Amino acid sequence: MDSKLESLATALEQRFAAKQEIFRDQLTLFLTPDRIIEAARALRDEFGFTFLSDESAVDYFPQELPRFHVVYQLRTMQAPYLLLTLRVPIEGGEPHMPTLEKVFPNANWFERELWDMFGIRFDDHSDLRRILMPFDWEGHPLRKDYPLGYEEVEFSFNFNEVEARKPHPKD
Amino acid sequence: MTEIREVDTKELKHLVSERALRGETMLLNMGPQHPSTHGVLRLLLELDGEIVVNCIPDIGFLHTGIEKNMEAKIYQKAEVMTDRLDYLNPLGNNLAYCLALEKLLELDVPPRAQVLRVILAELTRINSHLLWLGTSGLDLAAMSVFLYCMREREAILNIFEMISGARMMTTYIRPGGVWRDVPAEFEAAVHDFVAMMPARIDEYESMLTTNELFLDRTKGIGVISQEDCIRWGISGPILRAAGMPYDMRRVAPYSGYEQYDFNIPTGPDGDVFCRYKVRVDEMRESVKIIDQAIKKLPYGPIRSNNRKVVPPPRSELGSSMEALIHHFKLWTEGFSVPAGGVYTATESPRGELGVYMESNGGPKPQRVRWHAPTFVNLQIMPLLSRGHFVADVVGIIGSIDIVLGDCDR
Repeated sequence: MDSKLESLATALEQRFAAKQEIFRDQLTLFLTPDRIIEAARALRDEFGFTFLSDESAVDYFPQELPRFHVVYQLRTMQAPYLLLTLRVPIEGGEPHMPTLEKVFPNANWFERELWDMFGIRFDDHSDLRRILMPFDWEGHPLRKDYPLGYEEVEFSFNFNEVEARKPHPKD
Repeated sequence: MTEIREVDTKELKHLVSERALRGETMLLNMGPQHPSTHGVLRLLLELDGEIVVNCIPDIGFLHTGIEKNMEAKIYQKAEVMTDRLDYLNPLGNNLAYCLALEKLLELDVPPRAQVLRVILAELTRINSHLLWLGTSGLDLAAMSVFLYCMREREAILNIFEMISGARMMTTYIRPGGVWRDVPAEFEAAVHDFVAMMPARIDEYESMLTTNELFLDRTKGIGVISQEDCIRWGISGPILRAAGMPYDMRRVAPYSGYEQYDFNIPTGPDGDVFCRYKVRVDEMRESVKIIDQAIKKLPYGPIRSNNRKVVPPPRSELGSSMEALIHHFKLWTEGFSVPAGGVYTATESPRGELGVYMESNGGPKPQRVRWHAPTFVNLQIMPLLSRGHFVADVVGIIGSIDIVLGDCDR
């Protein structure tokens, strides 16, 4: 691993009470939800991680505390080009965490997608609507307790029967 | 038939200006079935006369739930769906998926496969840029470019068909290498393509780069600065057109891209014209890379010899007990991948294509996240189109190079 990244990891570890993990040469910092904005702002302004590459989440369903991990990928845009992963474990039940929109504007759509797919609420988000699923969809598809589902095949003899059972968008 | 639902403007209150609610400006839907939105993209335009005041992109019409489906399939089977994500960059998607998986597995890839991957990824890039050039030209009323582009794209698709049997949904790049060795006529076909292509690119340029009508519709339209690109996480040709030589192949090389000599074209202004020029120049650079790669294509195995991941060759199945067991295990249970998560990024024709893959130690992924460049790039649509004419919105959408299959996943 890059020596610059290593010194950065130790600096952040103390400052934000972060836990570090290295897997396949990739550095991950575990943060608590209340420190994420502060950490992201410091990373952007002081350490040169000006680019939010990705924001996604992982669901560890049967496990409740924490159930979700929100994963951020940050990049530096100057040499040496570094990649830093931030992970924020959050509880199931009513998952919510602060929005990163004020620090990185492109978090807006990423967070809308996370709300849509995982049902994670981002506090103070400017426009938290569904983005990929229809606006009246129920449930959050990428959760592990959301069934994969299938569509029954309609033949002429059972067309009406299957059609009646199908979920339709509400009025 | 479901009834048509009336939408109340109150739902959009926080997105449109006060003037729209008073009825001073007009709200206009563009798409999702508009020919120039390149797929099923809906744009809600707020117009003051013919000037765009605001533009609200609405996506999700092509959502296929591929990320969810991947979690229910073993790794080899999930790969087949990667072609369907960004359907203009099928081999690039295969490559991104395999790189993430290989990183998790710490799997080796033989040199011949590495070079083949580079050739195919670059052919795919040209393929995608050709389609982009043709359709964007069409949007801006340059009809003939489209026909010429399709002619060259045909040559690329024929090469794909030659190697994999499929013209678009190839699934040719597999974990640990490529599916099978290329046929004997592959090298000649690529040599022919490399010899033909530079003159053809000049031909396209002669039709557009100095075309008054084209310049009028592209210069100074949809300008974005380098700082805004970085703030909004924009990558690929849009960022390069704004003057930043940032390319994943250079900053984080994969598949041996560090061995090739190529330039990263950049543009000075960050407008629609610069994005056009960057993409056209990128095609030239891709031809250069393919030329270097095909000349040094080494002989040797095309897939890793790790039998715990890579199925044994057919010839061994009749004579080796272990081969048969491995074959059976790999196609029923699949291979187990060490627990952990990795993020790998490749340069797709549209920007940074990232795969965040997390394994729980079993044969099915815990999570495969596709960081789609179109999804990120589309977010700056309001930024680019404010203050321009409605007719320019068409050119701007074209210049972002959207593929909705990539965006909605």
